[in-house]
Amino acid sequence: MKSAPPQVQNVTVEVRGLRRSFGDGPVLDGIDFKVEAGEIFVIMGPSGSGKTVLLKHLIGLETPDEGEILIQGEPIDAPGLRDKYRMAMVFQSSALLTSLTVGENVGLYLKEHQLLPPREIAAVVADKLKTVGLAGLENRYPNELSGGMEKRVAIARALVIEPQLILYDEPTSELDPVMAVAIGEEIHKLKDRLHATSIVVTHDRDLAFGIADRIAMIMNGKILFVGAPEQLKKHPDPKIQNFIFAELLIRRYHGNERIP
Amino acid sequence: MFRNIGEIMILFWQTLNALPLSWRHRRKIADQLFEIGNASLLMVCILSLFIGGVVALQTGPVLVERGLSYVLGGMIGLSVCKELAPVMMSILIAGRVGSAMSAELGSMRVYQEIDALRTMNISPITYLVLPRMVAIALALPMLVLFAIPVGWMGGALVASLNNKIGVDFGSFFSDLRDVVEVADIWNGVIKSLVFALAIGAISCHQGLITRGGPRGIGRSVTKAVVNSIVVILILDYFLTRFLLLVQK
Repeated sequence: MKSAPPQVQNVTVEVRGLRRSFGDGPVLDGIDFKVEAGEIFVIMGPSGSGKTVLLKHLIGLETPDEGEILIQGEPIDAPGLRDKYRMAMVFQSSALLTSLTVGENVGLYLKEHQLLPPREIAAVVADKLKTVGLAGLENRYPNELSGGMEKRVAIARALVIEPQLILYDEPTSELDPVMAVAIGEEIHKLKDRLHATSIVVTHDRDLAFGIADRIAMIMNGKILFVGAPEQLKKHPDPKIQNFIFAELLIRRYHGNERIP
Repeated sequence: MFRNIGEIMILFWQTLNALPLSWRHRRKIADQLFEIGNASLLMVCILSLFIGGVVALQTGPVLVERGLSYVLGGMIGLSVCKELAPVMMSILIAGRVGSAMSAELGSMRVYQEIDALRTMNISPITYLVLPRMVAIALALPMLVLFAIPVGWMGGALVASLNNKIGVDFGSFFSDLRDVVEVADIWNGVIKSLVFALAIGAISCHQGLITRGGPRGIGRSVTKAVVNSIVVILILDYFLTRFLLLVQK
């Protein structure tokens, strides 16, 4: 049985001059920011702004045309980096393995890396499922779950890794407001419990302002702002203001005029 | 095309490197073996029986007419074990198993399951490709070993029951025993092993590079099957030449 990697909690993530193009135009056009260890960093922006592509670069699923991503000062593609730092991602689609049960999905990391014997894996799986409010669902298959339950299983699967860096891609999309709040609270609790560095990509403003230590605003592949949520609300850029205060009711009754 | 060939070679090499991990994945290999063997055995029997029968039906009357009925057993014996069984069974497995492999991996790719594995530092090569490649490399030669006597039986049945041929079982198998050597059976088994590796590598590669939803999965399945069949037929020629040289 392998031993678990040393318990170094949380890591920094630094993005320098990241560029990526698909087809005609750039999707990421010179991205620079640094995520401090242990913070919840939210990347917010409208649909199609390059958020998810950026997130995939941060965990090494995509290779940039230019620029680099440093995890605790080391390039993401450095040999052995993934053995050194534990990283996890919660996908927008949950990305559960549909041929495996919920229990097998959650325990997959421990089983494949032979970190624990089967009986202990079962105990860890039960514990993590209880944490996300899905106790006793080990034997269900992903297609027997609702969207919200799938998302929570994906979070449980990430928790098992005890990640130092956890990435969330649109964690509240397709969820009702109550479930969205529950997921937001879960992300916050995880940060408190694991002290992991969390990067959340979302266009859900409630979630962003509810959980973020800092927010980066991305539009058309460029970062327009990085800072505290309160600073973002006061930012003078009309594009940012339009995004943050876009409300159907406000528009219907007041046109584009902002309510003080 | 050259890029695809290069990627397939790299995938094959990576799978070979992962081979020492096979024991750890023995349950997945056993599942795949059951899937390939169990689901294909009946088809293999039917196909092989009729292939042997058709060869006897086509060649038997001509040979009998020229007074060469005594070579029928040997001729069918050789053609089934060296050529027809490995090639036809491989084409059957490319259609049945290769398509399933590319569809499964393609769907996992499109629905981000493979990305999820990567984020957990689980290699898709060892987790997904290795068990499939090992299973097909074991199952196809075994199926061919099974198909060879069934094909001979099909030939013998037609040779004895067809009144234009009229070669009885005893004469058929006596000639077959005189002509066919164990090396000829090995010839077919070696060919089927190479074809199995080609089907596995092409189908898994096609699955892993799938893009674009259900239509993309469909396209991958078609490409995997067509490319596998083309490669089987091309490899067959070169393998035959090579094995003929070795057998001399």
